[in-house]
Amino acid sequence: MTTLPQSTDKKLGLVIDLDTCVGCHACVISCKGWNTENYGAPLADEDAYGANPVGSFLNRVHSYEVQPDDGAAQLIHFPKSCLHCEDAPCVTVCPTGASYKRVEDGIVLVNESDCIGCGLCAWACPYGAREMDPVEKVMKKCTLCVDRIYNENLPEVDRVPSCVRTCPAGARHFGDLGDPNSDVSQLVADRGGVDLMPEQGTKPVNKYLPPRPKDALPEFDVLAPFLEPVIKEPKGFLDWLDKALEKI
Amino acid sequence: MHPAPSVIFFSTFSGLGFGLLMFLGLGIPAVTGWMAFAFFAIAFVLAVGGLVSSTFHLGHPERALKAFSQWRSSWLSREGVCAVAALVLMGLYGAGLVFFSQQWTLLGWLGALFSLGTVFTTSMIYTQLKTVPRWNQVWTPLNFLSLSIAGGALLAGQITWAIILLILSGVIQAAAWLMGDSRFSQSGTTLATATQLGDRGTVRAFEPPHTGTNYLLREFVHVVGRKHAQKLRIIALVLMAGLPVVLLALLPFNHFIALIAIVAHIAGVLTARWLFFAEAEHVIGLYYGKR
Repeated sequence: MTTLPQSTDKKLGLVIDLDTCVGCHACVISCKGWNTENYGAPLADEDAYGANPVGSFLNRVHSYEVQPDDGAAQLIHFPKSCLHCEDAPCVTVCPTGASYKRVEDGIVLVNESDCIGCGLCAWACPYGAREMDPVEKVMKKCTLCVDRIYNENLPEVDRVPSCVRTCPAGARHFGDLGDPNSDVSQLVADRGGVDLMPEQGTKPVNKYLPPRPKDALPEFDVLAPFLEPVIKEPKGFLDWLDKALEKI
Repeated sequence: MHPAPSVIFFSTFSGLGFGLLMFLGLGIPAVTGWMAFAFFAIAFVLAVGGLVSSTFHLGHPERALKAFSQWRSSWLSREGVCAVAALVLMGLYGAGLVFFSQQWTLLGWLGALFSLGTVFTTSMIYTQLKTVPRWNQVWTPLNFLSLSIAGGALLAGQITWAIILLILSGVIQAAAWLMGDSRFSQSGTTLATATQLGDRGTVRAFEPPHTGTNYLLREFVHVVGRKHAQKLRIIALVLMAGLPVVLLALLPFNHFIALIAIVAHIAGVLTARWLFFAEAEHVIGLYYGKR
């Protein structure tokens, strides 16, 4: 059913630390790997070794430059996947009931055998979290690795989404954001986690931790007197050049 | 947004077909027998042809029946339900006129209502999308409905009504464009809100996630063709409303002139529908530094 549940028992989701992410794209690769080999239609690539490779991914890492009014520009790597919104617009537009939000944990999923591949859910998502598989022609999206997190055949340490397990920088965290005492909720409270595009009214579950302010080097001038320029005025050729240029 | 030919043809021709069906359902013109057959055949070819072409962009058209199930929440599902109801009702009503020379008025009125409902639900598929601010405004359904009704009047041979409605639809079309131009900035969504990094400086997309293209860029980020948008708007307006009105109002009416008016109108609506998609910007483009 494509109506949204009034509330969900849990709000499972990710917390992504923009301060820590180094932009290595390991989460992209591990996501592609796990979701190609396991649940649902594999994530296809077309022309993978040719001139125009294109394929479906559930997680992509953008990079943004932020230029403050004063000081150096900062480069921020920005992983983006489904935010498992509470008011998920992708779910209600689905004409077949293939898209749904689970009552028990809030994960937004696609029942691929009901998907007609109309693409309207991808139109409705402001985050670009849904991509049509170029081969299977069904809509693919992050499942929060629903086939890992409850999988008792895996060691407990592996029962987190593949991207979280892989991240070498510890920039991705998984947990119940509906529980104010959970580690992820504490992290969001401590670091001032934010929603992306709050004005779109989607109420995303996933949160982003903004980069911490960079510390500035203090003015280091103990040795400065000894580092006075040896020549204050140019001499010789440079002196002539300086004067000649002045006259022009 | 990518202007997919299947959706442009669908919305143009089914809009015309359902517009004509609305007039036929209201008993305008009051035709029976072979004349009724000709009118209903044209309307059904347009409406059904448009619906069939819309299934061409589906990944799995064989599962299309499932799309009738979610009418409680989904405008796309409601459109399917309305279209089938309109076609069934108008098919029965048409059969009465063609084979029994009977005008079942109530059936016709219901058919007309569902025909208009189909056009309205089609327009709401686009209007509901907050992600495409240009579409997310009241002028979108007004635009679709007025064009459908004006085209229906033209096809139904109602000269006076066609002239009035074509002028009205032209004015609404112009309003939809002008109001739509500022919708993206009014929506308040920018790269700063998309990344939530705007409070620390000016945000610029530095590096995309991949070197090639992807489904999102192909489907939602269509930047070619906007260069000539203003010229195309004028061409569309002249063809969809200006030329047909001049032909109908100033020249002595005959079938040849009516045909030219109809062809011009269709060419104008196709152009406007192409612009409807090509000019629409999806907020996802912000993440890629493109719009």
